[in-house]
Amino acid sequence: MELTLWTYEGPPHVGAMRVATSLEDVHYVLHAPQGDTYADLLFTMIERRDQRPPVTYTTFQARDLGGDTAEMVKTSVRDAYERFKPKVMLVGESCTAELIQDQPGSLAESMNLPIPVVSLELPAYSKKENWGASETLYHLVRKLLLSSALPPGTVRPERDSAIRPKANIIGPTALGFRCRDDIQEVMKLLAEIGVDVNVVAPLGATPDDLMRIPDADFNICLYPEIALTTCDWLKRNFAQPMVKTVPIGVGATRDFITEIGEIAGIDVSRALRRSHADTLGNWSASRLSSLAAPGASRLPWYSRSVDSTYLTGKRVFIFGDATHAVAAARIATEELGFTLVGIGTYSRKFARQVREVAKQHGLEAVISDDYLAVEEAVAEAAPELVLGTQMERHIAKRLGIPCAVISTPIHVQDVPARYSPQMGWEGANVIFDDWVHPLMMGLEEHLIGMFREDFEFAEGHMSHLHTAPHVSNEPAPTAVMAHSTGAVAANADDKPMAAASGDADEANWSPDGIAELKKIPFFVRGKVKRNTEKFASDRGITSITVDTLYEAKAAIGK
Amino acid sequence: MALQPCTETPDKTINNDLHPQASEKTPVQGVATQDFPVLKERGQREVFCGLTGIVWLHRKMQDAFFLVVGSRTCAHLIQSAAGVMIFAEPRFGTAVLGERDLAGLADANDELERVVAQLLSRRPDIKTLFLVGSCPSEVIKLDLAKAAEKLNHRYFPGVRVLNYSGSGIETTFTEGEDACLASMVPVLPEKETEAPALMVVGSLADVVEDQFKRLFDQMGIGPVSFFPPRRASSLPSVGKGTKLLIAQPFLSGTARLLMARGAELLPSPYPFGIEGTTTWLKTAAEAWGIDADVFDQAIAPAVARATTGLEHYKQVLNGRKAFLFPDSQLEIPLARFLSRECGMELIEVGTPYIDRLLMDAEIALLPKGTALSEGQDVEKQLDRCREARPDITVCGLGLANPLEAEGLSTKWSIELVFSPLHGYDQTADLAELFVRSTERRRRLSV
Repeated sequence: MELTLWTYEGPPHVGAMRVATSLEDVHYVLHAPQGDTYADLLFTMIERRDQRPPVTYTTFQARDLGGDTAEMVKTSVRDAYERFKPKVMLVGESCTAELIQDQPGSLAESMNLPIPVVSLELPAYSKKENWGASETLYHLVRKLLLSSALPPGTVRPERDSAIRPKANIIGPTALGFRCRDDIQEVMKLLAEIGVDVNVVAPLGATPDDLMRIPDADFNICLYPEIALTTCDWLKRNFAQPMVKTVPIGVGATRDFITEIGEIAGIDVSRALRRSHADTLGNWSASRLSSLAAPGASRLPWYSRSVDSTYLTGKRVFIFGDATHAVAAARIATEELGFTLVGIGTYSRKFARQVREVAKQHGLEAVISDDYLAVEEAVAEAAPELVLGTQMERHIAKRLGIPCAVISTPIHVQDVPARYSPQMGWEGANVIFDDWVHPLMMGLEEHLIGMFREDFEFAEGHMSHLHTAPHVSNEPAPTAVMAHSTGAVAANADDKPMAAASGDADEANWSPDGIAELKKIPFFVRGKVKRNTEKFASDRGITSITVDTLYEAKAAIGK
Repeated sequence: MALQPCTETPDKTINNDLHPQASEKTPVQGVATQDFPVLKERGQREVFCGLTGIVWLHRKMQDAFFLVVGSRTCAHLIQSAAGVMIFAEPRFGTAVLGERDLAGLADANDELERVVAQLLSRRPDIKTLFLVGSCPSEVIKLDLAKAAEKLNHRYFPGVRVLNYSGSGIETTFTEGEDACLASMVPVLPEKETEAPALMVVGSLADVVEDQFKRLFDQMGIGPVSFFPPRRASSLPSVGKGTKLLIAQPFLSGTARLLMARGAELLPSPYPFGIEGTTTWLKTAAEAWGIDADVFDQAIAPAVARATTGLEHYKQVLNGRKAFLFPDSQLEIPLARFLSRECGMELIEVGTPYIDRLLMDAEIALLPKGTALSEGQDVEKQLDRCREARPDITVCGLGLANPLEAEGLSTKWSIELVFSPLHGYDQTADLAELFVRSTERRRRLSV
């Protein structure tokens, strides 16, 4: 038993729903009690989908348990087939149905429907959403393609050099992070280097499309949390190599192009050269008037522009799924000049690579799906910017720290109307804006730093974009406006709480010491306070004065 | 699907024969609900489970914590229904069952004790802890009553531990509040005298409670208590002389348990709209023998305000067609308001279940022959809705955008549960919710 207040991931059947909803002509019959239909609203509200997810729930009740719940499964499968006429049926169960052991998958398979039936067994008490999505995609692809798998050891014939290479893009799903726009951006990259897209799956694919997966020369494992298992299987059974680089950020996008060049055996040097050369001169007339010019990222030049010097060494804390966290760490440190002060993921399966990144930066990775542990880590690290999920957005609000969302779990504002990819050149542009805008602007920061005692600079004043955190520990006075999108309430409301400044215990501080402490920007004040107190106690100093404060600063550094 | 007289009562555990003699006295009683054919459906039900009630109950009772004993699905449901993460640390959580718990490798009671200890040390401000049963905990027959008893030995009187089930196999959406309140009934203090006292039952917005309290005071009705109270540790007393005025139409179990403790039910339509509110207040006034003039004088200003406020919306809604999907149990009272006070035509009024003890007075006010449906087969109901092309469809969040995309105007039913809509001064707000989507369509030209 594990105490959970908020969760990063739903149960595995929600992952299966994400895959089913991504696809066309696929229907999912879910053996589940009344109430589990809540999951529909994730899609119709957060993503504003104009159709219900293609899911039929048996919605059994207590009175059905004594009777024939297995018959309910069969009826639901039959009715769903008749009504929706899918080309493939997924059949599975949610946590409660798992306990009553009706084995809906086997039941459905025994019904001799004229379409493939994929039985999904997703253990709800040990696994989670992303795993459920990954397994669902894998079992679906395997079901459709197993009979045409190549004999072991088959070597793929050389591609005729007159034919352009073809790639599958595997992994984008409903309720993923900016998948809709990432696909477009990756397709632009592929077009530029002369690679054709064979199939994009699961988002927007039909079962017939899935059947065509083997026609491609290689697979792009775009979202490893969801695509890796499938891409591995395709590699083993269809000798399709896999592109593993995820093109988020300028450097990673260049690496992505390079990797494709190697795997597909094509020359990508022009695209790479352009990505280096075409970062300046965005204002020339020929460029402004050309619609055809392939995009390039403005991030490199914007980051080098003097206006960005204030970004140097900004303390950033990163948390998300492993793929987005690792990508964010690279962009933050190599492309924006931030300092990484914390990194973590809730994806335990992919924790290793996050740990590696943490190690490179002398940090201990936070591998946890307990948001309280994450909150503690954020407060401890005292970052100036948090890059995280919707959970960290709330943690950051509570602590009064600017935040940008970089990963699932998402909310309605993470599905923006505008084109807003994370991948490729435009993705890098979007990231530059999304991460930098929440921060205090350069001169503004200086003025606030110099004239902290100006009566109009409220405590915790951060920027033109942020209200000052308020000091009470009470939750925000929002009426429980539980629209499930919650966006209105969530935005209107929760002013951040006092920063984790740890102001409460000031026993060891002299009045001048405490006055000086309060002049320190509040987002690092907690850390300075703790460091100074440790410095003092190590030296047996019982009253911390202004001098102690500066001595500690000199000894410890920022 | 055959049309049958309405028969179903939702209550599986409580003896339905605890019938109040009081009901015969009330003016609206006695209209045969048999006159209303009910379409009873079994099929996919697109409704929340009772756990969802935690979303408002944890705000209503400020010293209570709701610990769901369930699965990751339960945690995900509440989080999704609550408008993800409005509060960084809410007064609810889930003890997520793992494989070890299911395989019996871990003793569920020990585990629960550990989790509760962890929780209470984090939140010393908690005075009442609800252990909330879920589908998985019910199916594995985890005895939360016993667990609560054990925990009470350890924590009471500092913390009182209660338990109820919000599982989807036993409760729909608002039945969770009923189960929660029912779990509190046995610990309500015994009323000291047999003098009449009014108990208003059902979670109301604080502002609405205050409005009703002022009206009761003006009429001379009292003492008045509200159940649930704003603090779970300040429980109202109950016993002979307690008169129950039910404010929410989904409290079947609670009402029956309170009656078993000697309270008398004052059956009434619910205080939605001017008519509903007046009838509801009048029910109490009659029980107190309040003079008609005093009553009229007390309500006159509020009625006048509500009439003015409603007038504009009434014109917009008049003659339009409404279709209500089953969701919160508020459907029948709302349909009555929409039909009688706003002039709307009712295509179909769906509701998860019909408890005649609590709904007779409302059904009697519906236009004769209104199509009532009980339970749900969502696909068939959607077919009927599409066929009827109503002007406004009241439905859950899972259905709203898809119906909008088909060109139908919708109102999310969940907003009807989470907004202050009872009473005179909220009547215009209530009507406005139904007008808004139509008005929005009128404004938009994209």
